[in-house]
Amino acid sequence: MTAETNTEAPKKPAPADQESFLSVFTRNLWASNNVLITTLSIVLAVIIGAVLIVVSDADVLAKFVYFTARPSDALNASWTLISEAYADLLKGAFGDPAVFQAWFDGTATWQEAFAPLSETLTYAAPLVFTGLSVALAFRGGLFNIGAQGQAVLGCVVAGAAGFTFGLPIVLNLVVALLAGVIGGALWGFIPGLLKARTGAHEVITTIMLNYTAALFLSWLVIQKGVQAPGRTDAISKSVAESAQLPSPGGILRVHLGILIAVLVTAGVAWLLKRSAFGFEIRAVGANPHAAQTAGISVGRTYVLLMAVAGGLAGLGGATQVLGTAYALTPAVAGNIGFDGLLVALLGRNRPWGTFFAALLFGALRAGGNRIQSYAGISLELVTVLQALIVIFIAAPALVKAIFRLRAARVTGAGTSLAKG
Amino acid sequence: MRGITKRFGDLVANDHIDITVEPGEVHALLGENGAGKSTLMNQLYGLLHPDEGQILVNDEPVVFNSPRDAIAAGIGMVHQHFMLVPVFTVAENIALGAEETRGGPLGWLDRRRSRRDVIDTSTKYGLPVDPDALVEDLPVGAQQRVEIVKALTREVDLLILDEPTAVLTPQETEELLAVMRSLTAMGKSIVFITHKLKEVKAIADRITVVRRGRIVGTASPDTSEDELAALMVGRAVSLEVQKAPAEPGAVVLKIDGLVVDDDRGIRAVDGVDLEVRAGEVLGIAGVQGNGQTELVEAVMGLREVRAGSVRLEGDDLIGLSTKKILRSGVGYVPEDRSHDGVVKEFSVAENLVLDMYDSAPYGNAFRVDGGKVGGNARERIEQFDIRCQSADTLVGTLSGGNQQKVVVAREMSRPLRLFIASQPTRGVDVGSIEFIHKQIIHERDQGTAVLVVSSELDEVVGLADRIAVMYRGRILAIVSPDTPREELGLLMAGITGAPAEGEK
Repeated sequence: MTAETNTEAPKKPAPADQESFLSVFTRNLWASNNVLITTLSIVLAVIIGAVLIVVSDADVLAKFVYFTARPSDALNASWTLISEAYADLLKGAFGDPAVFQAWFDGTATWQEAFAPLSETLTYAAPLVFTGLSVALAFRGGLFNIGAQGQAVLGCVVAGAAGFTFGLPIVLNLVVALLAGVIGGALWGFIPGLLKARTGAHEVITTIMLNYTAALFLSWLVIQKGVQAPGRTDAISKSVAESAQLPSPGGILRVHLGILIAVLVTAGVAWLLKRSAFGFEIRAVGANPHAAQTAGISVGRTYVLLMAVAGGLAGLGGATQVLGTAYALTPAVAGNIGFDGLLVALLGRNRPWGTFFAALLFGALRAGGNRIQSYAGISLELVTVLQALIVIFIAAPALVKAIFRLRAARVTGAGTSLAKG
Repeated sequence: MRGITKRFGDLVANDHIDITVEPGEVHALLGENGAGKSTLMNQLYGLLHPDEGQILVNDEPVVFNSPRDAIAAGIGMVHQHFMLVPVFTVAENIALGAEETRGGPLGWLDRRRSRRDVIDTSTKYGLPVDPDALVEDLPVGAQQRVEIVKALTREVDLLILDEPTAVLTPQETEELLAVMRSLTAMGKSIVFITHKLKEVKAIADRITVVRRGRIVGTASPDTSEDELAALMVGRAVSLEVQKAPAEPGAVVLKIDGLVVDDDRGIRAVDGVDLEVRAGEVLGIAGVQGNGQTELVEAVMGLREVRAGSVRLEGDDLIGLSTKKILRSGVGYVPEDRSHDGVVKEFSVAENLVLDMYDSAPYGNAFRVDGGKVGGNARERIEQFDIRCQSADTLVGTLSGGNQQKVVVAREMSRPLRLFIASQPTRGVDVGSIEFIHKQIIHERDQGTAVLVVSSELDEVVGLADRIAVMYRGRILAIVSPDTPREELGLLMAGITGAPAEGEK
């Protein structure tokens, strides 16, 4: 009874509230905000990707030859191809409903059902770290192209620590992870110091250090004492089991790295927003002259910031080698540093934005593997999709023009007030 | 212009403005920063489109889609920030946008003809410019002449000058006013945008006062300055700085034989000796670029000192970091507010603790206390009358005057021994000027030593208890503020009463 009277009473003003909420919602929906532009960029990329899928398939393309005679043939074939491809992408990234059904029926294991999600998280984990590395540096006004090199150094030092020390369980892993952080931090510290002391532009120095790191790794893995005994190819000894990131095992490759990624993202978010160092980073990034005038040492901030950013990328490298690869090869770091640039851009240099962008990239990568094996579409298509998303994000004016979005109200008022 | 209305989002920048400019007159458009003067003129020059209303030229309605259309209709504009290419010569800059070529659009530039055009125009209107000089080598006043010549070569009938005197020395301002007189004598019309009352009274034939996007009155040049100021601000303001005689105490800042180089490695401060006492305002007068900037930056630890000493109550400041100097009780308002004073992407609250974020009570070496920062902001906003929606408003969206109040509030919100203000009211509206001046005097009366650097002679004379005139890196003389203006003006130009004084 009381519940009924309680629900009756506040119902009356509800319509007015609802209306205002609706109008606010629709207004904000078509005002250009970052979330909307990101979503629309993904939509646009998917559409262009669909066209590419059709164009790259000879059989379907052949049906377009007699398009005017029987358009349904070509359209049906295209639709089937596109929908299957994207369905495979989703299944590969998040799970196949059929396998879930089989699990419930007892014909498949739960591991099989969750394997796609595990792949997504496995690919995403290192990208979170490299993405945060780029994003954090960018908030301080530095363009850290060197996340790749820092991640490679992270791999090297973490891997070396992993197969050298032979410490007891837990400690071995912690030491190896820390070693990765230190390796990356060193590789970030160098360009930071060069920038602060000599004004050398960090873009140039970090690019050069990327080469240095990659070539150092290639050289290192074939050295005596590093190369796996009995092997002639370029691969190092495996890291001790106690230094590997714990994982459920079997076909589930996901490991502790993704949980560390969540914690580190939260840490970076706190650092930027609440810490004194974060205040310095943001002040230096927005206006180094005003920061200097207010007594903030710009050079010191640059050095520290690059070291921290390098440490993050190094941690990304460490999770790669301790979580999935277990041994150093010249390509152990893959492309995680450069993908980190895209992830940071997609996440608009905000910690949690970067985190979710990394998840998206991980999902695309995991789904892409499935597209390749099931639909026979090349993995490169997924790379094209990633690139298209980033291009649209980087050109918000283009997206706005395509969808005829209104300019955001806030920015309009801001610019006009600033004028004389 | 008839019924001109322009909106930016919710803000109405121009609200049904009617304005007429007659041939051969100087029409002054007077208003505070952000009143909508520049917006109005940008519409006349084709940079912005009016949302409502019409523009009529010689009684014919026109629509300008770009400045090119406006120039074709005989309207030229000289912007507040010059639109010149520094590495081009004067002639090249003037030809830019209307290049004369031989042999079609891809042909050779006709440099000789553009040079001749420049010389013709400059002699015709009595505006001496050297067509072959590089613009970056010219002083500001000469650059402005180039802009005017550039507009005149397009054969315009109406010239819009947007805050033309903001960057000029008193002498250059006089010259500009003379040029304006001769232009109107030749039948050109001029719209003169400004917020400086003296100049308006000196030159304008008619005055239109704009406040918050509306015309609030028209006046004739014989209206008194106080009345004009009241119209502009919407309330009575006092233009004179009210202050009691200073009671100087012990020497707080002592500068001896200071030598500082500028960014190019050229000597900017050449052996300066100064003393500032507690409870007095020392004003440094001088034309911009005579070493005042470098002097202050050296004191603040922002610039390397070549020789000499700077002592704050006996403690050597040289070699200390800016942070240490600020912490030792020095407040500093930098001359270029948007460059050095505020972080525009930061909120008002964050800007108010820009140099105190890591010390008690706002935070420590590791964290910043958001609650304390916000509380401090609410207090300062109240105390310093900072007009903003909330403490979280981005500083970049505030008007110049309010941005400056943020800087002043920040620097005055801790106990000070020395307060240094460079150009404390540059680009600040009349209402805020009055307020900032009061705050500076209030700080002095609490026993703080105050050093004010300003290229506005009125400001120095109004605030200072002693005036040091700086010229070419040296202090030419230290005089009392009662010294006649003419004498100060001559000193600022480097001419001392005693001809023997060390000028080479």
